Amino acid sequence: MKTAWERVETARNPNRKTALDYIDKVFDEFVELHGDRISKDDASIVCGLARIGDQNFTIIAQQKGRNTKENMLRNFGMPNPESYRKAIRFMKQAEKFHRPIITFVDTKGAYPGIEAEERGQGEAIAKSMFEMSKLKVPIITIVIGEGSSGGALAISIANKIIMLENAIYSILSPEGYASILWKDSSRAQEAAEKMKLTAQDLHNFKIVDKIIEEKDEFSKIAEKMREEILSEITELSEMSQNELIEHRYSKFRKIGDYKERN
Amino acid sequence: MIVDKIKKRETKNIRPSNKVDIPVGKWVKCDKCKEIIYKENLKENNSICPICGHYFRVSSKRRIEQIIDEGTFEEFDLNIDTVNPLGLEDYEKKLHSLREKVGVDEAVKCGIGEINSTKVVICVMDSNFLMGSMGSVVGEKITYSIEKAIELKLPLIIFCASGGARMQEGIISLMQMAKTTEALSKLDEAGLLYISVLTDPTYGGVTASFAMLGDIILAEPGSMIGFAGPRVIEQTIGQSLPEGFQTAEFLLEHGFIDKIVERKDLKNTLHKIIELQ
Repeated sequence: MKTAWERVETARNPNRKTALDYIDKVFDEFVELHGDRISKDDASIVCGLARIGDQNFTIIAQQKGRNTKENMLRNFGMPNPESYRKAIRFMKQAEKFHRPIITFVDTKGAYPGIEAEERGQGEAIAKSMFEMSKLKVPIITIVIGEGSSGGALAISIANKIIMLENAIYSILSPEGYASILWKDSSRAQEAAEKMKLTAQDLHNFKIVDKIIEEKDEFSKIAEKMREEILSEITELSEMSQNELIEHRYSKFRKIGDYKERN
Repeated sequence: MIVDKIKKRETKNIRPSNKVDIPVGKWVKCDKCKEIIYKENLKENNSICPICGHYFRVSSKRRIEQIIDEGTFEEFDLNIDTVNPLGLEDYEKKLHSLREKVGVDEAVKCGIGEINSTKVVICVMDSNFLMGSMGSVVGEKITYSIEKAIELKLPLIIFCASGGARMQEGIISLMQMAKTTEALSKLDEAGLLYISVLTDPTYGGVTASFAMLGDIILAEPGSMIGFAGPRVIEQTIGQSLPEGFQTAEFLLEHGFIDKIVERKDLKNTLHKIIELQ
């Protein structure tokens, strides 16, 4: 079995499949649509319409670049506030047309820059989660690579969370964690082992509902993902609009066990 | 949790260097003007330096005294503790010693009280306790308070003072952002008022959840407020930050807060806003 650090390295591997690779394989059709309708189209989050069979979806996906040029375009998959505002626009549109939403998570975190702060990075993340909480359509989140900090959580307020076996999901990067707790970012490897950031850890915490194994080649993993999406949607489609909201509420309400204080 | 630059601004008890025998603990040094101030004078002046006007950070206990009518505060009876989800060796010990040292149970105090005879649910974060960081207990206490506000149909006020999500509880801390935000979406649907008051410091996962979700967002002058911490941004962009970056005034200018309110006016401003609903 891989160590947590080995999974961190796998999740970050520049050759790892990205959201658009999965979208292309998993869905029968996909049309990308752009822009936050305020000021910008931030390419670190890709949005659009997709279909499997006769089921339509709205897609919201964090996208890392697959080469240097694309990484420049996509800001290395680190969203600015405009990305989250674009995501919110597509969430609301999905609700209007009763389309389930699939989000793909793969980010080192929301971009920490001067302009991002000026334009309200914190507000954009908070608002994205807030709007997701209220949506009357089924939401599935799939963590495919790095799910790091509030930047990942912003598009993950879902009814079901699926994680690839070698994906990670954490409060912060292991480097950042080691830097804050031990003032030494070189202890990232040690931090990764302590942080409980693997798919299995997240499943044990009941945050993640399903893990997709990564033993086979890419096309098999994509096929499995397609099956999981369809089976989850079938289950969630049974719920009324209110039940969907309550289901999401109780999922997150339960996270964070506590005990009586002595 | 962003503790780097912020921590340097913490106040420390220091013994004045003159030879007169002054009892330790009765004096503090102002971080800004470096003058030595008598603690009683500081307290009478709303924890603002009487010499240069610098805002000292306020404990949750003192804040409740400043905002809530005397004798009306009833703390929610939530006697809860973390289960230490990452199993860190010294975490529980640290919490234990902080409780003795700081004199509060956790990084937030929550309850019901009156502001000029108007009943509210109030949560006050305490930066003296692990930099006000949010773990499972803080997340639970805040969520419980939001649910109480919904049940009792009362306005909700949260005083934020936090470095962000608590590292020691890892992903569980991150998820408290989701949990509190979900609860606030219910409060919103119930048509109830939520006023968020940002005080120094408000950062990270707290900024990116309930701090920025107030129907009305107030801030104390000069408070440092942001998502990413100053050091992280400097490292990312490779240059130092402009003067006044991430201050309450900066946020007001960029349209992210409603109003900056001086400490002495906070209680009456909160009351006025609630009355105007």
